[in-house]
Amino acid sequence: MAHYFLVVWGPSDYGEFDTYGTQEERDAQMEATGAFNDRLREEGSFVYANGLTEPSTATVVDGTGAEPIFTDGPYLESKEYFAGLWIVDVPDLDAALMLAAEGSKACGRKVEVRPTGSV
Amino acid sequence: MTDAVAEAITRVHREEWARVVASLTRRFGDLGLAEDMAGEAFATAVERWPRDGIPPNPGAWVTLTASRKAIDRLRREARRDAKHQEALMLHDDSPPEPAGAVDDDRLRLLFTCCHPALSMEARVALTLRMVGGLTVPEIAHAFLVLEVTMGQRITRAKGKIRAAGIPFRVPEAHDLPARVAGVLAVLYLVFNEGYLASGTESEPVRRELTAEAIRMTRLVRELLPHDGEVAGLLALMLLTEARAAARVSASGELVRLDEQDRGAWDHALIVEGIALVRERVDAVARGEAVPGRYQLLAAINAVHTSVPDARDTDWSQVLALYDQLAGVNPSPIVALNRAIAVSELDGPDVALASVERLATALDDYHAFHATRADLLRRLGRSADARIAYDRAIALAGNSAEVAHLTRRRDQLGH
Repeated sequence: MAHYFLVVWGPSDYGEFDTYGTQEERDAQMEATGAFNDRLREEGSFVYANGLTEPSTATVVDGTGAEPIFTDGPYLESKEYFAGLWIVDVPDLDAALMLAAEGSKACGRKVEVRPTGSV
Repeated sequence: MTDAVAEAITRVHREEWARVVASLTRRFGDLGLAEDMAGEAFATAVERWPRDGIPPNPGAWVTLTASRKAIDRLRREARRDAKHQEALMLHDDSPPEPAGAVDDDRLRLLFTCCHPALSMEARVALTLRMVGGLTVPEIAHAFLVLEVTMGQRITRAKGKIRAAGIPFRVPEAHDLPARVAGVLAVLYLVFNEGYLASGTESEPVRRELTAEAIRMTRLVRELLPHDGEVAGLLALMLLTEARAAARVSASGELVRLDEQDRGAWDHALIVEGIALVRERVDAVARGEAVPGRYQLLAAINAVHTSVPDARDTDWSQVLALYDQLAGVNPSPIVALNRAIAVSELDGPDVALASVERLATALDDYHAFHATRADLLRRLGRSADARIAYDRAIALAGNSAEVAHLTRRRDQLGH
C-alpha cells in the first residue's frame, strides 16, 4: 500500500460560496464529496481530506537562512491554486487514479495525483 | 562468430526479448532492472554461444542468465543497502511460474508501457524498447530525435512507473476495453509513422517501423485472440502494408490507390488480412459487439484490396462502411474520407459540397486541401485547384506526398 496525495485545483479568488458559483452548487458538491469520503473510510483507503481556505490567507515561511522570513501570500503567482486535498492509502496508481476521478466528479474540480515519497 | 550463431542470436532476441523483460519485471518488480539484465544476458550470449554452441532452449537460457544477473546485482546492492536486502527477500522466494503465466507477463508489460498516466511519446518509446526490443539509438532514429533525448524520455518514463506505482498487471475487466484501446493506439501510431513518415528529411516509407508495429500487434493478437479490435487493427495493418511496394514510384513519388500496380501488392498479406476481416464479419453476424473503428477501417481496406482493378471497386460498400465508421468515430477526417467515396458514386460536385463543410475543422490538415484540390480539378476549376494544391504542398510533411501533389498541380491546365 502507498499514500497518494490527491490535490484539488481551484480558482485564486473565492466568492461568497467559496470556490462555487451558487449556494445550491456548493451544497450539492459538498454532499457528493461527503458521501465519497464516507465510502473511502468504509473501504479503508481514507487517510485525510479537507478543503483549503483561499490562497490570499497563505503565508510562505523561509527558514533556510539565519532568521525565518515570513511572506504574505502563496509561493507562486498562478491562475489556479490548491483548493483542497485527499490523502489516500491504496495499492497502486491505478487505484489512486480511479479514486481521483470519482473525487473530481464529487467536488467538481480537477484533481492532480501526486505519489508520496518512500520515506 | 559464424553466421548461424549470429542469426540465432538475432532470432532469439526478436522472439524472446519481451518475454525475458516481462518475466524479470514480474519477478523483481523493477522494469529498469529487467531491461538492463535482459540486455546483459544477450551480451553474454554473444560472448558464449560462438564458443559453447547454441543452447537447446535459447529463450530459457537467456531468461535464466538474466535472472541470475539480477539476483547478483541485487545481492551486491543489498550488501551496500539494507533496504535492498528487504526487497530481495520479498522477491527472491517468488513461487515458480505456473504454466501459461509467461504470456500473461508480456500482456502486463504492454499495459504498463501503454499506461494512460504516461505521455503518448513516452508510451511509444517504452513499448518499442521493452516490448519491441529496439535499442535507444534505433528508436531515436525512428522518431528523428537525438539519442540523448530519447534516452532521457525512456529513463523519465521508467522513473514515473517506479515512483508513481504504475502497476505491472492486466487491468480489471471494467477498465480493460479502454486500456486495450490505449495499447492499440500506441501500435497504430508506430505503424502510421512508418507508413507515412512525417519528417521531410526522412524516408517516405519506413518499413522497419511498420514491420515492428505488425510484429507487436501479432503478439497482442496472440495474447488477446478474442478481441475484435485487435484483429481489426492487425488486418488494417496487413492490408495497408501489402500495398507498400506499389505506394512509392521509382522517382520517389507517392502513388494513389487507383494508380497503383496491383500486381506489385503482397498477396499473402492481403489473403491474411481479408481472412481476419471475414472472421470479424462472421463474429458480428453471430451477434458479437458492433465493430469498432479498426475493424471498420480494415473492412474498407479489404474492399479496396479484394479487386484486381481499381475500376471494379465496390464504392457503395465503401460508403456504407464509412457511414458506420462515422457512427462510432464521428470525426472530420472520417467525413473527409467518406467524401471520396461520395465523389465516386455521386460525382465530384456533391463530394465537394461535403468537403467544404469541413473547412474550419481541417484547415491545417494537408489531406483536406489535397482532396479538395482533386475534386476542384475534376470539376475543371483549375485556378482554385492550384491554390488548394499549394496549400496541401505547404502542409504535407512527407517527401513522397509532396512530390505527388507537385506533379498533380503542375499537370493542371490554365
